Amino acid sequence: MMKKDNISKDLFIKAKVKEDEKDKIVRPKLTALQDGWIRLKKNKAAICCLFILIIIILLSCFAPVFSKYKYYETDYLITFNSPSPDHWFGTDQFGRDLWARIWYGARISLIIGFAAAFLDLFVGVTYGSVSALIGGKTDTVMQRIIEVLIGIPHLIIVILLMMVLPAGIITIVVALAITGWVNMARLVRAQILKLKNQEFVLAARVLGTSNKEIIKKHLIPNTVGVIVINAMFTIPSAIFTEAFLSFIGIGLQEPAASLGVLINNGYQVLHNYPYLLIFPAVVIILIMVCFSILGDGLRDAFDPRMRK
Amino acid sequence: MFKYICKRLLYIVLTLFVILTATFFLMNKLPGTPFDDERFSMLPPEDQALVLEQYGLNEPVYIQYLKYVQNILKGKFGESYVYAGQDVSDVLTHRIGPSVLVGAQAVLLGLTVGLILGILAAWKHNTGIDYFTMIVAVLGVSVPNFVLAALLQYFIGLKWGILPVAFWESWSSSILPSIALSVSVIAMIARFIRTEMLDVLQQDYIITAKAKGLSKLKVLMNHAVRNSIIPVITILGPIIVNIFTGSLAVENIYSIPGIGSLFVDSIKMNDYSTIMAICICYSAFYILVILVTDVLYSLIDPRIRLISNRAE
Repeated sequence: MMKKDNISKDLFIKAKVKEDEKDKIVRPKLTALQDGWIRLKKNKAAICCLFILIIIILLSCFAPVFSKYKYYETDYLITFNSPSPDHWFGTDQFGRDLWARIWYGARISLIIGFAAAFLDLFVGVTYGSVSALIGGKTDTVMQRIIEVLIGIPHLIIVILLMMVLPAGIITIVVALAITGWVNMARLVRAQILKLKNQEFVLAARVLGTSNKEIIKKHLIPNTVGVIVINAMFTIPSAIFTEAFLSFIGIGLQEPAASLGVLINNGYQVLHNYPYLLIFPAVVIILIMVCFSILGDGLRDAFDPRMRK
Repeated sequence: MFKYICKRLLYIVLTLFVILTATFFLMNKLPGTPFDDERFSMLPPEDQALVLEQYGLNEPVYIQYLKYVQNILKGKFGESYVYAGQDVSDVLTHRIGPSVLVGAQAVLLGLTVGLILGILAAWKHNTGIDYFTMIVAVLGVSVPNFVLAALLQYFIGLKWGILPVAFWESWSSSILPSIALSVSVIAMIARFIRTEMLDVLQQDYIITAKAKGLSKLKVLMNHAVRNSIIPVITILGPIIVNIFTGSLAVENIYSIPGIGSLFVDSIKMNDYSTIMAICICYSAFYILVILVTDVLYSLIDPRIRLISNRAE
């Protein structure tokens, strides 16, 4: 063993430092969305559901356009026709073509789902992030308001609003958004508060990054996952609520069609013509199942820590 | 703990107040009167005024509101607009029996089947029973309960004639609606328990128990199941919401004389006082359930501390 003073300085050679490569990031940069997508692609069930959903969305866009029949077109000579090559899903009590009606109805249901989720997202994210970023008294007041609102059962308010406002798609979307944003706001606030205290944000701040940059580079990308996942679960629940309201008779009214209206209509004549219930029921179940599995897949992909 | 409950009670009062106010003013905005429009307009004006006076509808809105709040504080919901001369509280007490029976049966069935499925799925992870449970869990939350109720009624009631199609005659009439309501509960609980169990099964104390030489069944029953069942309390709130929402449609499908069908009928007939009474009672019940579950949970599981939870 060498003694301490035996080590001469010339045993050490200064390593060559490539100044320009010091800051080089070895891995290609990925945004939060790309990263999630790569992981989602490995989940076969979720991808399969994504494809089914895309097919359903395409059908709801184009099937009513290319069908020979219009969703509101009545023909009293062909009422209650069973499915046939001419009317793929049969006709209802007014001789309306069920194929055209189902895809038109699916279109309305999907529009309601997406619009409600988008409004939710907009209000919730704004409220949650403002509350978390400003902090202090503003945050306290905003949180008190949320704590009062969170106890209100959504359905009660939605039903009351539906009774007061004129029936229509916009009413449903507004009613759903008024009650729905609270959850999103809470999630976003919690996520931002958690991030604010984490070391990498502190590091960025120490390095002199401006608040704006921190929000853009660190807070938003790390919150996108939570937002996407929550929005993904909002869509099917909005579709369900609309169908439910239409089923108990306070949602959309005939001759407009949504999946809920069709199911309600089919239920009235279930005894003799079960296909009028079963076809729209299958479509709504398919939509709900796919959204639910895709939502789970997205949760696993965006937030691996939450994987269970 | 005491301070926490006081704080929560304060919020509950505030929330209920918001619900009360929202319900009242939204009801006031409703188009039309609660009375049959045609027959009401046929009455001579002085009689119209009399009818309005009897229900206190002739006064300015804020007086109506104050009276309404005053009455509710006394526990009175006023007279039904549709069932003339009947107090809403009486109508509600008549109707609550069937709803509670069906709801309780649904929760019980949901809990039992959900627990069994969830435990089996976690115990036999990645086997047939696990996949089956996951399929049930996804379908259970995806199939709208009114669709399920309608299909059950059609196949089991009508086609095969095993159980009564509808109406409230004997206990057997409550079976189909209970099953229809329980499916989503089964799905929620099975999924929840499975996740919890998979988590618990990886804990160190399970390994210790195994290392001690306990039999597999004992490890499962004494350690894993006991620790995974407790958190189920936390999803009691969503389950109650689920059952209530479901009952609105399911009670109508099976013609059950319960609260759900009363609510839907009152909506169709503009029976203000009944609608308000049901909204407020249900909201109060829901809020209480949430409070009780939170408190119970912290009492049962000492690892949960309410106060520190709030501080986060």
